[in-house]
Amino acid sequence: MEPADEILEDDDEALEIPADPMRLNMGPSHPAMHGTIRMVLDLDGETVMNVDVQPGYLHRGFEKSCERGTWAQVFPYVDRLNYVSPMLNNVGFALAVEKLLDVKVPDRCQYYRVILGELARICDHFTCNGASAMELGAFTPFLWLLKVRDWVWDILEKESGARMTHSFARIGGMAAPPTEGFKDDVRAIMPEIRKVVGEAESLLLKNRIFLDRMEGVGKLSKERALALGVTGPVLRSTGVAYDVRKDHPYLVYDRFDFDVPVGTDGDNWDRFMVRTEEIRQSLRIIEQALDQMPDEGPVSIDDPRIMLPEKREVYSTIEATIAHFKLVMEGLKPPKGAVYSYTEAGNGELGFYLVSDGSGTPYRLRVRPPCWFNLQAAREMIMGDMIADIIPTFGSVNMIGGECDR
Amino acid sequence: MSAKVLKKLQSVLGDAILETSSFRGDEEVRVALKDWVRVAQVLRDDPELAMNHWVDLTAVDWPEREMEGQPRFDVLFSVRSYEKKHRIRVKALVKDGEDVPTLTTVWAGANWAEREVFDMFGIRFAGHRDLRRILMYDEFVGYPLRKDYPIDRVQPLVEYRDADDTLKLPPFGIEEGQPFARVDWEERLAGRDEQVSPSIAVQTGQRRALSDSEIAEAQFAKKPEESAAE
Repeated sequence: MEPADEILEDDDEALEIPADPMRLNMGPSHPAMHGTIRMVLDLDGETVMNVDVQPGYLHRGFEKSCERGTWAQVFPYVDRLNYVSPMLNNVGFALAVEKLLDVKVPDRCQYYRVILGELARICDHFTCNGASAMELGAFTPFLWLLKVRDWVWDILEKESGARMTHSFARIGGMAAPPTEGFKDDVRAIMPEIRKVVGEAESLLLKNRIFLDRMEGVGKLSKERALALGVTGPVLRSTGVAYDVRKDHPYLVYDRFDFDVPVGTDGDNWDRFMVRTEEIRQSLRIIEQALDQMPDEGPVSIDDPRIMLPEKREVYSTIEATIAHFKLVMEGLKPPKGAVYSYTEAGNGELGFYLVSDGSGTPYRLRVRPPCWFNLQAAREMIMGDMIADIIPTFGSVNMIGGECDR
Repeated sequence: MSAKVLKKLQSVLGDAILETSSFRGDEEVRVALKDWVRVAQVLRDDPELAMNHWVDLTAVDWPEREMEGQPRFDVLFSVRSYEKKHRIRVKALVKDGEDVPTLTTVWAGANWAEREVFDMFGIRFAGHRDLRRILMYDEFVGYPLRKDYPIDRVQPLVEYRDADDTLKLPPFGIEEGQPFARVDWEERLAGRDEQVSPSIAVQTGQRRALSDSEIAEAQFAKKPEESAAE
């Protein structure tokens, strides 16, 4: 054998470490990431030099399926878009069709939708924050936050009959009026939720590990976020105060006094804090809505061409039977045209682009899922960071497979 | 509020606007495909319009229109302005098989939206650097959101494939203004480099972005390989 120094003299490259980046597949089924998604990484050591994010593993043809039923039959599908806050999707789609029909639901229904929607938003943010913490090893905050979800779901179950996939909104109203103790039930959990937000903050915000993994990780700049179409808490964390509820008020959001929290750096920490603060703002909205919501009055619009008549009347009068038959067999028929309606869902601007050809079936139904564009920006957040930083970054983007892949 | 946008657009590019409409408060303009990118650039760069926030791009299939000799697809994009809070939808009619110029050069957000429209409708976007299927797999036959695609069609079984010849692998190589870069940990730990993502470093001038000629060169270098794959 030759001595080592001779090898070195002969060939300088003999002892060089290979410098090619290592390619690593992360996902589509990875225990540390919620959601089926594949990321192909090019790694230099532990640094992510490049990443290709590949969604689509949960694609089930939502838009195609919607194009063959009636307009009302879309509701169960939209429940399964963002399954963490289905009520917001329900209301978003109902508002889109109502825009196409050019009708407005009664005041009481508007408040009802706001309250249920904000409850769902609280649920969404708690789940996201809790899961983010859990992925960093903090299991207690996760359980602590998720108990709130249970309280909220108890209320939603009492109102709609289902804990998760409610299918509760209707075109032109809601499936049922608020239950008798609705306001008291919501008022009862409000201070509890507020307490939990504070507790979660005291559990996490001074934790060195949590801080190290959140602060300055997964940054996104303001201009880039806008160009990439990012919306929701991810956009607000970069310092852009865009909230559909504030900028283009729908329902009765213009009657409430609430703030739009923004971050400064667009890192994981800011996204976490924006969500936490939004929970507080949602509570503020709910409080005001509960005070303003009328106790009496109709919840759905009174138009037999849009709303199903009451069951009691269907069985006893011919008019109601015919109206029921027409709505179920043919569906309601919006006028020809196309509208784009958008609301603030848990993850940002949830848009529905509807094209009607005047028949009872949607001609084209396009969802603009907020996650889709937020996830597109995740690539830029991840690149340049360490491989372990992918987990908190991806967690704080809050990609929901059902909504992203449709 | 957005009616002002229509007026402004008409005064700036009156010749390019074929039709305007306003239905239920949604302002829409129809433009010819050849003006597609020019309109987009005006929308973004005109200080009164300042449409810097990407919203969405999608398509609608009208097969009956093709029988009447009209273009088959509507391709539409919406953008909004963060500062002015107005938005607009731009539409163009596209024949089957006709290429749409890409908008990724104007708004980066068009990337995935265009890939999705390609995947679902089979509309190609000329100049898009990474036009792969995004929701479907490569072996998928047909374009599911076309009206002539039956919802219950059975797809052929896909044989087990090696990783070598599948297009689902990422086309790493060409970058959209984001050079490969390692984080300079020493700089960062010393507090001199506060930026994390290389893309941000490019924007703030800490790193150099790829020039147009470099991108074109890389594209040119990539071409023979692509044609061989097809």
